[in-house]
Amino acid sequence: MAESSLHQAAKTAGAKSYLQIVDVVKKFGDNTVVDHINLSIAKNDIFALLGSSGCGKSTLLRMLAGMETPTSGKIILDGEDITALAPYERPINMMFQSYALFPHMTVAQNIAFGLKQDRLSRSDIAERVERMLELVQMKKYAHRKPYQLSGGQQQRVALARSLAKRPKLLLLDEPLGALDKKLRQQTQLELVNMIEQVGVTCIMVTHDQEEAMTMAGRIGIMSEGQLLQVATPGEIYEHPNCRFTAEFIGETNLFGGHVVEDEPDHVCIHSTELPRPVRVGHGITGTMGMPVWLSLRPERVGVSRRQPVASGNWAAGTVGDIAYLGGFSIFHVRLDSGKVVKASVPATHWREEAAPTWNEPVFVSWTDNDAVVLTQ
Amino acid sequence: MMSRLLSLRDSREATARTARRSAWWQRALPRGQSLVTAIPYGWLLLFFLVPFLFVLQISFSDVEIASPPYRALLSRAEDVVSLVLNFGNYRYIFGDPLYFDAYLSSLYMAGVTTLICLVVGYPIAYTIARAPEAKRNTLLMLVMLPFWTSFLVRVYAWMGILDNEGLLNQALLSLGLIGEPLQLMHTQLSVQIVMVYAYLPFMILPLFSNLVKLDGRLLEASADLGCRPWQTFLRVTLPLSKNGVIAGSMLVFIPAVGEFVIPELVGTPESLMIGKVLWMEFFDNNNWPMAASVTIVMVALLIAPIVYLHKREEKALARAAQR
Ligand SMILES: Nc1ncnc2c1ncn2[C@@H]1O[C@H](COP(=O)(O)OP(=O)(O)O)[C@@H](O)[C@H]1O
Ligand SMILES: [Mg+2]
Repeated sequence: MAESSLHQAAKTAGAKSYLQIVDVVKKFGDNTVVDHINLSIAKNDIFALLGSSGCGKSTLLRMLAGMETPTSGKIILDGEDITALAPYERPINMMFQSYALFPHMTVAQNIAFGLKQDRLSRSDIAERVERMLELVQMKKYAHRKPYQLSGGQQQRVALARSLAKRPKLLLLDEPLGALDKKLRQQTQLELVNMIEQVGVTCIMVTHDQEEAMTMAGRIGIMSEGQLLQVATPGEIYEHPNCRFTAEFIGETNLFGGHVVEDEPDHVCIHSTELPRPVRVGHGITGTMGMPVWLSLRPERVGVSRRQPVASGNWAAGTVGDIAYLGGFSIFHVRLDSGKVVKASVPATHWREEAAPTWNEPVFVSWTDNDAVVLTQ
Repeated sequence: MMSRLLSLRDSREATARTARRSAWWQRALPRGQSLVTAIPYGWLLLFFLVPFLFVLQISFSDVEIASPPYRALLSRAEDVVSLVLNFGNYRYIFGDPLYFDAYLSSLYMAGVTTLICLVVGYPIAYTIARAPEAKRNTLLMLVMLPFWTSFLVRVYAWMGILDNEGLLNQALLSLGLIGEPLQLMHTQLSVQIVMVYAYLPFMILPLFSNLVKLDGRLLEASADLGCRPWQTFLRVTLPLSKNGVIAGSMLVFIPAVGEFVIPELVGTPESLMIGKVLWMEFFDNNNWPMAASVTIVMVALLIAPIVYLHKREEKALARAAQR
């Protein structure tokens, strides 16, 4: 896994970056909302900025669209510095969080709005509008006004409107945020399909990790105006580079500790919450004794009644809560140190014997490759 | 959409059914909602329709030396009730070019006033609507400030400004821009200036209340799709503020047509406006039926375009719904 992530990183660095955000800062008064962000994005990538509400995602997006001016830094698109361009001069279109459809225009007029600005001929405009309506499957509704459409339909019109001008960069601000949960899941892949069909570089902003993981090829985790990690969904989940990311994406067990053995191919971490040092099968850039965090995903933790034979990477405890979720169950195992470890165990694991019940003594264990050391 | 329409109809039918099921006495009583809408209708009925019918009745009457100075339409002689309508006033109005000219110059004056108020008032309303919320109320107060003094006093103040020895002429003279005082008072120009001044707030307020609701994201979306600010104004802001423009224009145009005080105080004696004609018929000639006829024609002139606009709007809505 570590190897492939390195490989991936090398590949993305090698690809010619289409959009470059260079050391961009945005301050509102004394409040630094976007804090020295560097990011490059390859052509036709779908990139997601993921972060909790108020972390500055929309502000970064609005700077790309030209609606905010960076306090400092540069934005380069397709080799051209666009930092100082007005929104109407940028080859970038945005789909707004609330769609911002023009209420006095029909669906077709909304889609044609930007095209009229491009001085295209009447027939060219009609043809493009037609094609966009086909793409988003809204042909039947071409003459409706926005208020006569459902939320999902409005969202598709907004997408069509922002794609109609064939922008070099498409920006989506919480593209599915206004839809209810069921519709949102349905729409995620539909949206990706449409974007890939036209082949446009896309940056989306969301606070919903499932949305980001499903839709984006690469994800940037943002917190308090800073970009903490940029990687594929898989890498972010398996190899988070900091505590925030590990906790933000999915569930994890975190143990505080410090390095007691530091070798190129492995490290040992001592944590007061675990009975014996944990051996992790990857090297870290750190020093002996430095404080670190261990992240251990619940599905990486095994639960058994028999004491593991290995010399380390296990602990004894008793079963607290059990959350039965059909295909798997989550065991909350209370260790002797008092720390509760969550373990997600598939139902098929309990073929030979019955699953442990409440208050039963059990052992939790994992291998060298299961825990991840976080130095930040 | 289809299903939405259907469900809407379903719910309407459902309410209709519950209405049918309720007891007769419940149906006889107006329900809360209709009671509330009845209040403005009642108001209009009492203070507009009833006086209007009075005026309409008088307009079909003859002058009589009596109090009030007109003949009743219905008369009774030997158990025969007779109704005598006099169309002479109307024939006279349409026959004498004096009235036609007065109507025309009033409509023209009101039209120009409305147009100038719109051109001047729109940027003001827009600026106030886009100002930070804390400043908005102060700016609105400033717009309404003139209402705190009497209208007549304000017109007199304008006379002091526009007079041959007035502030404006003195300022221009002392700056050396003119050699002798300009004749401003008692011209069409002075009427126009004071009318725009007097009616401007009636344009600004409805425009403001419309523009303040304008969603700023629509303007951003327009810029994002390639519109420069002035294009955004023409393609988004202006069409969306249509109702404010109509409301403000009506609030200015309708009273401006009948304006009497301003032309009387700062206007020329020779240019006759319909408000002045009304005054003369009523007070100088003591001819109530003629004054009433002049009024009825004026109301008809004003209502016709309003009804036309309303009908057109309704048709457009119906067409949109059919699609
Ligand atoms: N125009 C502005 N003026 C002042 N503060 C702003 C402005 N726009 C955004 N902010 C602040 O910047 C922070 C980040 O906002 P935003 O980028 O919208 O967050 P997100 O989209 O991640 O939820 C918030 O604390 C917000 O209050
Ligand atoms: Mg946001």
